[in-house]
Amino acid sequence: MTQPGTPVTRFAVPGRIGVSRQAASVWRTATLTEIRRETPRVSTFRFAVPGWPGHLPGQHLMVRLTAGDGYTAQRHYSIASAPDDSGHVELTLDHVRDGEVSGWFHTVARPGDRIEMRGPLSGFFAWPGDRPALLLGAGSGVVPLMSMVRHHRARNLTLPLRLLVSARGPEDLIYADEYGPETTPVFTRTAPEGTAVGRMTAAHVAPLLVEQPPGGWEAYVCGSNSFAEHASRLLVAAGQPVERIRIERFG
Amino acid sequence: MNITRGFTGRPRVHDSGLPPGQYDARDEWPVLSAEVTPDLAPEDWTFRIDGLVAEPRTWDWEQAHALPADAYEGDIHCVTGWSKFGVRFGGVSLDAFLDQVRPLPSATHVVAYAHTGYTTNLPLADVIGGRAWIAWEYGGEPLPAEHGGPARLIVPHLYFWKSAKWIAGLRLLDHDEPGFWEGNGYHARGNPWEEQRYSGD
Repeated sequence: MTQPGTPVTRFAVPGRIGVSRQAASVWRTATLTEIRRETPRVSTFRFAVPGWPGHLPGQHLMVRLTAGDGYTAQRHYSIASAPDDSGHVELTLDHVRDGEVSGWFHTVARPGDRIEMRGPLSGFFAWPGDRPALLLGAGSGVVPLMSMVRHHRARNLTLPLRLLVSARGPEDLIYADEYGPETTPVFTRTAPEGTAVGRMTAAHVAPLLVEQPPGGWEAYVCGSNSFAEHASRLLVAAGQPVERIRIERFG
Repeated sequence: MNITRGFTGRPRVHDSGLPPGQYDARDEWPVLSAEVTPDLAPEDWTFRIDGLVAEPRTWDWEQAHALPADAYEGDIHCVTGWSKFGVRFGGVSLDAFLDQVRPLPSATHVVAYAHTGYTTNLPLADVIGGRAWIAWEYGGEPLPAEHGGPARLIVPHLYFWKSAKWIAGLRLLDHDEPGFWEGNGYHARGNPWEEQRYSGD
Protein backbone atom coordinates (compact mmCIF):
# COMPACT_ATOMS: atom_id res chain seq x y z
CA MET A 1 0.00 0.00 0.00
CA THR A 2 1.77 3.13 -1.12
CA GLN A 3 0.26 6.54 -1.10
CA PRO A 4 1.45 10.11 -1.03
CA GLY A 5 2.14 11.18 2.52
CA THR A 6 3.30 7.78 3.73
CA PRO A 7 6.88 8.10 4.95
CA VAL A 8 9.45 5.78 3.46
CA THR A 9 10.53 4.13 6.72
CA ARG A 10 8.81 1.02 5.45
CA PHE A 11 9.00 -2.43 6.87
CA ALA A 12 5.91 -4.00 5.35
CA VAL A 13 7.50 -7.40 5.60
CA PRO A 14 5.16 -9.55 3.56
CA GLY A 15 3.94 -12.80 5.00
CA ARG A 16 5.78 -15.79 3.64
CA ILE A 17 2.87 -18.14 3.05
CA GLY A 18 -0.87 -18.31 2.94
CA VAL A 19 -2.34 -19.81 6.08
CA SER A 20 -5.04 -22.42 6.05
CA ARG A 21 -8.15 -21.09 7.73
CA GLN A 22 -9.29 -24.62 8.31
CA ALA A 23 -6.09 -25.74 10.01
CA ALA A 24 -6.09 -22.77 12.34
CA SER A 25 -9.66 -23.20 13.50
CA VAL A 26 -9.68 -26.90 14.44
CA TRP A 27 -8.72 -28.13 17.90
CA ARG A 28 -7.02 -31.52 17.66
CA THR A 29 -6.24 -33.99 20.42
CA ALA A 30 -2.48 -34.44 20.83
CA THR A 31 -1.00 -37.33 22.83
CA LEU A 32 2.32 -36.84 24.60
CA THR A 33 4.69 -39.62 23.50
CA GLU A 34 8.08 -38.55 24.86
CA ILE A 35 9.76 -36.02 27.15
CA ARG A 36 13.43 -35.14 26.66
CA ARG A 37 15.39 -33.00 29.09
CA GLU A 38 17.35 -30.31 27.22
CA THR A 39 18.74 -28.14 30.06
CA PRO A 40 17.94 -27.85 33.77
CA ARG A 41 14.99 -25.57 32.97
CA VAL A 42 13.99 -26.68 29.50
CA SER A 43 12.49 -29.89 28.13
CA THR A 44 11.18 -31.06 24.77
CA PHE A 45 7.72 -32.60 24.58
CA ARG A 46 6.88 -34.82 21.60
CA PHE A 47 3.26 -35.33 20.59
CA ALA A 48 1.39 -37.55 18.21
CA VAL A 49 -1.24 -35.38 16.53
CA PRO A 50 -3.63 -37.33 14.32
CA GLY A 51 -4.72 -35.14 11.42
CA TRP A 52 -1.88 -32.67 11.85
CA PRO A 53 -1.88 -30.80 8.52
CA GLY A 54 1.88 -30.18 8.50
CA HIS A 55 3.71 -26.94 9.15
CA LEU A 56 6.61 -24.82 8.01
CA PRO A 57 9.68 -24.12 10.11
CA GLY A 58 9.09 -21.02 12.24
CA GLN A 59 5.37 -21.45 12.71
CA HIS A 60 3.70 -21.84 16.09
CA LEU A 61 0.63 -23.49 17.50
CA MET A 62 -1.75 -23.00 20.37
CA VAL A 63 -2.18 -25.52 23.15
CA ARG A 64 -5.18 -25.77 25.43
CA LEU A 65 -5.34 -27.45 28.82
CA THR A 66 -8.69 -28.08 30.52
CA ALA A 67 -9.24 -28.47 34.26
CA GLY A 68 -11.95 -30.66 35.77
CA ASP A 69 -14.30 -27.72 36.27
CA GLY A 70 -14.05 -26.68 32.63
CA TYR A 71 -11.48 -23.92 33.21
CA THR A 72 -9.12 -23.70 30.25
CA ALA A 73 -5.70 -22.15 29.70
CA GLN A 74 -4.27 -21.48 26.24
CA ARG A 75 -0.73 -20.64 25.22
CA HIS A 76 1.13 -20.10 21.95
CA TYR A 77 4.29 -22.15 21.51
CA SER A 78 6.78 -22.30 18.66
CA ILE A 79 7.15 -25.64 16.92
CA ALA A 80 10.63 -27.12 17.43
CA SER A 81 10.50 -30.04 15.04
CA ALA A 82 11.08 -29.89 11.30
CA PRO A 83 8.13 -30.64 9.07
CA ASP A 84 7.94 -34.36 8.34
CA ASP A 85 5.39 -37.07 7.67
CA SER A 86 5.60 -38.66 11.10
CA GLY A 87 2.36 -37.15 12.39
CA HIS A 88 4.32 -35.81 15.37
CA VAL A 89 5.27 -32.32 16.49
CA GLU A 90 7.70 -31.28 19.20
CA LEU A 91 7.56 -28.30 21.56
CA THR A 92 10.52 -27.18 23.65
CA LEU A 93 9.34 -25.36 26.76
CA ASP A 94 10.98 -23.27 29.45
CA HIS A 95 9.74 -23.92 32.97
CA VAL A 96 8.33 -20.47 33.69
CA ARG A 97 8.13 -19.49 37.37
CA ASP A 98 4.48 -19.76 38.46
CA GLY A 99 3.54 -20.66 34.89
CA GLU A 100 0.27 -22.53 35.08
CA VAL A 101 0.74 -24.19 31.69
CA SER A 102 4.53 -24.67 31.58
CA GLY A 103 4.33 -25.77 35.21
CA TRP A 104 1.93 -28.54 34.25
CA PHE A 105 4.22 -29.65 31.43
CA HIS A 106 7.32 -29.74 33.64
CA THR A 107 5.86 -31.23 36.81
CA VAL A 108 2.78 -33.26 35.90
CA ALA A 109 2.88 -34.30 32.25
CA ARG A 110 3.89 -37.84 31.32
CA PRO A 111 3.68 -39.88 28.12
CA GLY A 112 0.11 -40.84 27.36
CA ASP A 113 -1.34 -37.52 28.52
CA ARG A 114 -3.66 -35.80 26.10
CA ILE A 115 -3.94 -32.07 25.45
CA GLU A 116 -5.49 -30.03 22.64
CA MET A 117 -3.70 -28.19 19.86
CA ARG A 118 -4.65 -25.96 16.96
CA GLY A 119 -2.42 -24.84 14.16
CA PRO A 120 -0.07 -24.29 12.53
CA LEU A 121 -0.50 -20.55 13.02
CA SER A 122 0.84 -17.41 11.34
CA GLY A 123 2.76 -17.25 8.10
CA PHE A 124 4.90 -14.30 9.07
CA PHE A 125 7.80 -16.05 10.78
CA ALA A 126 7.73 -19.08 8.52
CA TRP A 127 10.80 -20.10 6.51
CA PRO A 128 9.95 -22.36 3.57
CA GLY A 129 13.63 -22.98 2.85
CA ASP A 130 13.59 -20.76 -0.21
CA ARG A 131 16.01 -17.96 0.76
CA PRO A 132 19.35 -17.79 2.56
CA ALA A 133 18.51 -17.56 6.26
CA LEU A 134 20.33 -15.63 8.96
CA LEU A 135 18.94 -16.68 12.34
CA LEU A 136 19.51 -14.88 15.65
CA GLY A 137 18.03 -16.38 18.79
CA ALA A 138 18.41 -16.19 22.55
CA GLY A 139 17.26 -18.59 25.24
CA SER A 140 14.13 -20.43 24.17
CA GLY A 141 13.98 -18.05 21.19
CA VAL A 142 16.14 -20.62 19.43
CA VAL A 143 13.19 -23.02 19.24
CA PRO A 144 11.53 -21.90 15.97
CA LEU A 145 15.01 -21.28 14.51
CA MET A 146 15.98 -24.88 15.33
CA SER A 147 13.00 -26.05 13.30
CA MET A 148 14.61 -24.17 10.38
CA VAL A 149 18.06 -25.67 11.01
CA ARG A 150 16.59 -29.17 11.22
CA HIS A 151 14.57 -28.60 8.04
CA HIS A 152 17.70 -27.39 6.24
CA ARG A 153 19.48 -30.60 7.24
CA ALA A 154 16.64 -33.01 6.68
CA ARG A 155 16.10 -31.74 3.14
CA ASN A 156 19.81 -31.43 2.38
CA LEU A 157 19.25 -27.83 1.38
CA THR A 158 22.32 -26.16 -0.04
CA LEU A 159 21.34 -22.52 0.32
CA PRO A 160 23.21 -20.70 3.08
CA LEU A 161 21.91 -20.81 6.65
CA ARG A 162 23.64 -19.36 9.71
CA LEU A 163 22.53 -19.40 13.34
CA LEU A 164 23.78 -17.15 16.13
CA VAL A 165 22.42 -18.48 19.41
CA SER A 166 22.79 -16.69 22.72
CA ALA A 167 22.62 -18.48 26.07
CA ARG A 168 23.69 -17.62 29.61
CA GLY A 169 26.14 -20.50 29.72
CA PRO A 170 26.91 -23.87 28.12
CA GLU A 171 24.53 -25.66 30.53
CA ASP A 172 21.67 -23.38 29.37
CA LEU A 173 22.29 -23.91 25.66
CA ILE A 174 19.27 -25.73 24.28
CA TYR A 175 20.04 -28.39 21.60
CA ALA A 176 23.77 -28.10 22.40
CA ASP A 177 24.59 -31.49 20.83
CA GLU A 178 22.78 -30.75 17.59
CA TYR A 179 24.67 -27.74 16.31
CA GLY A 180 27.09 -27.96 13.44
CA PRO A 181 29.31 -25.51 11.62
CA GLU A 182 26.26 -23.36 10.74
CA THR A 183 25.98 -22.27 14.38
CA THR A 184 27.91 -19.85 16.56
CA PRO A 185 26.97 -19.90 20.25
CA VAL A 186 27.30 -16.69 22.26
CA PHE A 187 27.56 -17.01 26.05
CA THR A 188 26.52 -14.05 28.16
CA ARG A 189 27.47 -15.15 31.72
CA THR A 190 29.76 -18.18 31.68
CA ALA A 191 31.61 -19.82 28.84
CA PRO A 192 33.95 -22.74 28.25
CA GLU A 193 37.66 -22.12 28.71
CA GLY A 194 38.98 -19.90 25.94
CA THR A 195 35.58 -18.60 24.82
CA ALA A 196 34.65 -14.96 25.34
CA VAL A 197 31.80 -14.03 27.68
CA GLY A 198 29.36 -11.26 26.78
CA ARG A 199 26.38 -10.18 24.74
CA MET A 200 26.04 -10.62 21.02
CA THR A 201 27.92 -7.77 19.32
CA ALA A 202 28.54 -6.25 15.93
CA ALA A 203 31.58 -8.53 15.69
CA HIS A 204 29.25 -11.53 15.54
CA VAL A 205 26.84 -10.03 13.03
CA ALA A 206 28.84 -7.75 10.74
CA PRO A 207 31.03 -10.44 9.11
CA LEU A 208 27.93 -12.32 8.01
CA LEU A 209 26.66 -9.21 6.24
CA VAL A 210 30.00 -8.48 4.64
CA GLU A 211 29.95 -11.84 2.90
CA GLN A 212 26.34 -12.00 1.86
CA PRO A 213 24.90 -14.77 -0.26
CA PRO A 214 23.45 -13.79 -3.65
CA GLY A 215 20.16 -12.00 -3.07
CA GLY A 216 21.05 -11.29 0.55
CA TRP A 217 19.82 -12.79 3.81
CA GLU A 218 16.33 -13.18 5.15
CA ALA A 219 16.87 -12.50 8.86
CA TYR A 220 14.83 -14.13 11.62
CA VAL A 221 15.17 -12.86 15.19
CA CYS A 222 13.56 -14.61 18.14
CA GLY A 223 13.80 -14.20 21.91
CA SER A 224 12.85 -11.82 24.68
CA ASN A 225 11.94 -8.28 23.72
CA SER A 226 15.24 -6.94 25.03
CA PHE A 227 17.17 -9.45 22.93
CA ALA A 228 14.99 -8.75 19.90
CA GLU A 229 15.62 -5.01 20.21
CA HIS A 230 19.36 -5.55 20.61
CA ALA A 231 19.74 -8.12 17.82
CA SER A 232 17.57 -6.23 15.34
CA ARG A 233 19.61 -3.07 15.94
CA LEU A 234 22.81 -5.00 15.30
CA LEU A 235 21.37 -6.24 12.02
CA VAL A 236 20.26 -2.76 10.93
CA ALA A 237 23.61 -1.27 11.90
CA ALA A 238 25.38 -3.95 9.84
CA GLY A 239 23.30 -3.07 6.78
CA GLN A 240 20.46 -5.63 6.84
CA PRO A 241 17.34 -4.00 5.30
CA VAL A 242 14.53 -3.57 7.86
CA GLU A 243 12.03 -5.11 5.48
CA ARG A 244 14.05 -8.33 5.56
CA ILE A 245 14.11 -8.70 9.34
CA ARG A 246 11.36 -10.81 10.87
CA ILE A 247 11.00 -10.62 14.61
CA GLU A 248 9.19 -12.89 16.99
CA ARG A 249 9.26 -11.55 20.53
CA PHE A 250 8.37 -13.88 23.37
CA GLY A 251 6.00 -12.11 25.73
CA MET B 1 -14.89 -31.66 27.43
CA ASN B 2 -11.28 -32.87 27.10
CA ILE B 3 -10.01 -32.76 30.67
CA THR B 4 -6.23 -32.64 30.99
CA ARG B 5 -5.03 -35.09 33.65
CA GLY B 6 -3.62 -33.31 36.67
CA PHE B 7 -4.25 -29.79 35.38
CA THR B 8 -5.81 -27.46 37.93
CA GLY B 9 -4.88 -24.03 36.61
CA ARG B 10 -4.68 -20.80 38.50
CA PRO B 11 -7.13 -19.99 41.27
CA ARG B 12 -10.42 -18.96 39.65
CA VAL B 13 -11.68 -15.45 39.96
CA HIS B 14 -15.35 -15.22 39.20
CA ASP B 15 -16.26 -12.28 36.99
CA SER B 16 -12.56 -11.71 36.46
CA GLY B 17 -13.29 -9.31 33.61
CA LEU B 18 -11.15 -11.47 31.33
CA PRO B 19 -12.36 -12.35 27.86
CA PRO B 20 -12.34 -16.09 27.08
CA GLY B 21 -8.88 -17.66 26.89
CA GLN B 22 -7.09 -14.62 28.36
CA TYR B 23 -4.96 -14.28 31.50
CA ASP B 24 -4.00 -11.24 33.56
CA ALA B 25 -0.47 -10.03 32.73
CA ARG B 26 -0.50 -7.86 35.90
CA ASP B 27 2.63 -5.67 35.79
CA GLU B 28 3.98 -7.13 32.57
CA TRP B 29 3.45 -5.41 29.24
CA PRO B 30 4.86 -7.74 26.58
CA VAL B 31 6.09 -6.26 23.31
CA LEU B 32 5.12 -8.25 20.24
CA SER B 33 5.91 -6.07 17.21
CA ALA B 34 7.04 -8.06 14.22
CA GLU B 35 9.23 -5.28 12.85
CA VAL B 36 12.28 -3.36 13.96
CA THR B 37 11.30 -0.61 16.40
CA PRO B 38 11.59 2.64 14.44
CA ASP B 39 13.56 5.60 15.74
CA LEU B 40 10.89 8.24 15.19
CA ALA B 41 11.13 11.66 16.84
CA PRO B 42 7.91 13.55 17.74
CA GLU B 43 8.90 16.37 15.37
CA ASP B 44 9.07 13.84 12.52
CA TRP B 45 5.74 12.21 13.37
CA THR B 46 2.71 12.95 11.19
CA PHE B 47 -0.81 11.58 11.11
CA ARG B 48 -2.99 11.67 8.01
CA ILE B 49 -6.59 10.75 7.28
CA ASP B 50 -7.59 10.35 3.64
CA GLY B 51 -9.58 8.13 1.31
CA LEU B 52 -13.36 8.55 1.50
CA VAL B 53 -13.40 11.85 3.38
CA ALA B 54 -14.54 15.35 2.39
CA GLU B 55 -11.23 16.99 3.27
CA PRO B 56 -8.09 14.83 3.61
CA ARG B 57 -5.69 16.24 6.14
CA THR B 58 -2.27 15.66 7.71
CA TRP B 59 -1.51 16.74 11.30
CA ASP B 60 1.92 17.19 12.78
CA TRP B 61 2.78 16.71 16.45
CA GLU B 62 1.81 20.26 17.47
CA GLN B 63 -1.43 20.32 15.47
CA ALA B 64 -2.49 16.97 16.92
CA HIS B 65 -1.74 18.18 20.45
CA ALA B 66 -3.88 21.27 19.85
CA LEU B 67 -6.99 19.06 19.70
CA PRO B 68 -8.98 18.50 22.94
CA ALA B 69 -7.10 16.17 25.29
CA ASP B 70 -8.80 12.88 26.03
CA ALA B 71 -7.81 9.55 27.56
CA TYR B 72 -8.72 5.90 27.59
CA GLU B 73 -8.81 4.28 31.01
CA GLY B 74 -9.64 0.60 31.06
CA ASP B 75 -8.42 -2.78 29.89
CA ILE B 76 -6.50 -4.10 26.88
CA HIS B 77 -6.37 -7.61 25.44
CA CYS B 78 -3.63 -9.14 23.27
CA VAL B 79 -4.39 -12.06 20.96
CA THR B 80 -1.39 -13.96 22.37
CA GLY B 81 -3.37 -14.39 25.58
CA TRP B 82 -2.47 -11.60 28.00
CA SER B 83 -4.76 -8.84 29.17
CA LYS B 84 -3.98 -5.77 31.25
CA PHE B 85 -6.44 -4.12 33.56
CA GLY B 86 -6.79 -0.44 34.37
CA VAL B 87 -4.30 1.08 31.95
CA ARG B 88 -4.39 4.76 31.00
CA PHE B 89 -3.55 6.06 27.54
CA GLY B 90 -3.55 9.84 27.11
CA GLY B 91 -4.01 11.54 23.76
CA VAL B 92 -6.92 12.64 21.61
CA SER B 93 -10.13 10.89 20.64
CA LEU B 94 -10.05 9.75 17.03
CA ASP B 95 -13.45 11.46 16.67
CA ALA B 96 -11.69 14.85 16.99
CA PHE B 97 -9.58 14.04 13.91
CA LEU B 98 -12.47 12.52 11.95
CA ASP B 99 -14.68 15.56 12.65
CA GLN B 100 -12.17 17.69 10.76
CA VAL B 101 -12.00 15.47 7.65
CA ARG B 102 -15.72 14.49 7.57
CA PRO B 103 -16.05 10.84 6.44
CA LEU B 104 -18.24 10.35 3.36
CA PRO B 105 -21.44 8.28 3.71
CA SER B 106 -19.89 5.59 1.51
CA ALA B 107 -17.05 4.89 3.97
CA THR B 108 -17.47 1.56 5.76
CA HIS B 109 -13.93 0.49 6.76
CA VAL B 110 -10.53 1.94 7.53
CA VAL B 111 -7.00 0.73 7.00
CA ALA B 112 -4.71 2.04 9.70
CA TYR B 113 -1.08 2.26 8.63
CA ALA B 114 2.08 2.84 10.60
CA HIS B 115 5.28 4.74 9.89
CA THR B 116 6.91 1.30 9.55
CA GLY B 117 4.52 0.07 6.87
CA TYR B 118 2.46 -2.09 9.24
CA THR B 119 -1.24 -2.10 8.38
CA THR B 120 -4.44 -3.27 10.04
CA ASN B 121 -8.07 -3.06 8.95
CA LEU B 122 -11.08 -2.02 11.01
CA PRO B 123 -14.77 -1.40 10.42
CA LEU B 124 -15.35 2.37 10.57
CA ALA B 125 -17.97 1.73 13.27
CA ASP B 126 -15.23 0.38 15.55
CA VAL B 127 -13.22 3.62 15.53
CA ILE B 128 -15.96 6.25 15.94
CA GLY B 129 -18.19 7.24 18.85
CA GLY B 130 -15.51 7.45 21.53
CA ARG B 131 -14.08 3.96 20.95
CA ALA B 132 -10.66 4.86 19.51
CA TRP B 133 -7.84 7.25 20.35
CA ILE B 134 -4.52 8.50 19.08
CA ALA B 135 -2.37 8.16 22.20
CA TRP B 136 1.06 9.56 23.08
CA GLU B 137 1.08 8.94 26.82
CA TYR B 138 0.92 5.80 28.92
CA GLY B 139 0.36 6.15 32.66
CA GLY B 140 1.06 9.87 32.40
CA GLU B 141 4.47 9.37 30.73
CA PRO B 142 5.45 9.66 27.06
CA LEU B 143 4.64 6.42 25.24
CA PRO B 144 7.87 4.38 24.88
CA ALA B 145 9.04 3.64 21.34
CA GLU B 146 8.73 -0.13 21.73
CA HIS B 147 5.07 0.36 22.68
CA GLY B 148 4.40 2.53 19.64
CA GLY B 149 5.70 5.93 20.67
CA PRO B 150 5.66 8.72 19.78
CA ALA B 151 2.00 7.93 19.02
CA ARG B 152 -0.17 4.89 18.41
CA LEU B 153 -3.77 4.07 17.66
CA ILE B 154 -5.78 2.67 20.59
CA VAL B 155 -8.88 0.57 19.86
CA PRO B 156 -9.17 -1.22 23.19
CA HIS B 157 -12.37 -3.18 22.60
CA LEU B 158 -10.59 -5.24 19.92
CA TYR B 159 -7.44 -7.40 20.20
CA PHE B 160 -4.48 -5.12 20.55
CA TRP B 161 -2.87 -5.84 17.15
CA LYS B 162 -5.59 -3.49 15.81
CA SER B 163 -4.11 -0.66 17.91
CA ALA B 164 -1.37 0.12 15.39
CA LYS B 165 1.90 1.37 16.83
CA TRP B 166 3.76 4.33 15.29
CA ILE B 167 0.48 5.34 13.66
CA ALA B 168 0.92 7.30 10.43
CA GLY B 169 -2.58 7.45 9.06
CA LEU B 170 -6.01 6.08 8.33
CA ARG B 171 -7.45 5.52 4.91
CA LEU B 172 -11.24 5.31 4.68
CA LEU B 173 -12.59 2.72 2.25
CA ASP B 174 -15.96 1.40 1.06
CA HIS B 175 -14.81 -2.20 1.55
CA ASP B 176 -12.73 -4.31 3.93
CA GLU B 177 -9.05 -4.75 3.03
CA PRO B 178 -6.97 -7.14 5.16
CA GLY B 179 -3.97 -5.66 6.90
CA PHE B 180 -0.67 -7.24 7.91
CA TRP B 181 -1.73 -9.84 10.49
CA GLU B 182 -5.11 -10.33 8.86
CA GLY B 183 -3.19 -11.49 5.76
CA ASN B 184 -1.17 -13.82 7.97
CA GLY B 185 -4.05 -15.87 9.28
CA TYR B 186 -5.57 -13.58 11.89
CA HIS B 187 -9.23 -12.63 12.18
CA ALA B 188 -10.62 -9.67 10.22
CA ARG B 189 -12.28 -8.03 13.26
CA GLY B 190 -10.61 -9.47 16.37
CA ASN B 191 -13.29 -9.13 19.05
CA PRO B 192 -11.81 -10.62 22.26
CA TRP B 193 -15.23 -11.29 23.80
CA GLU B 194 -16.07 -13.57 20.88
CA GLU B 195 -12.50 -14.90 20.82
CA GLN B 196 -11.98 -13.96 17.18
CA ARG B 197 -8.26 -14.76 17.11
CA TYR B 198 -7.72 -16.45 13.76
CA SER B 199 -9.53 -16.33 10.46
CA GLY B 200 -12.29 -18.88 10.71
CA ASP B 201 -12.95 -18.23 14.42
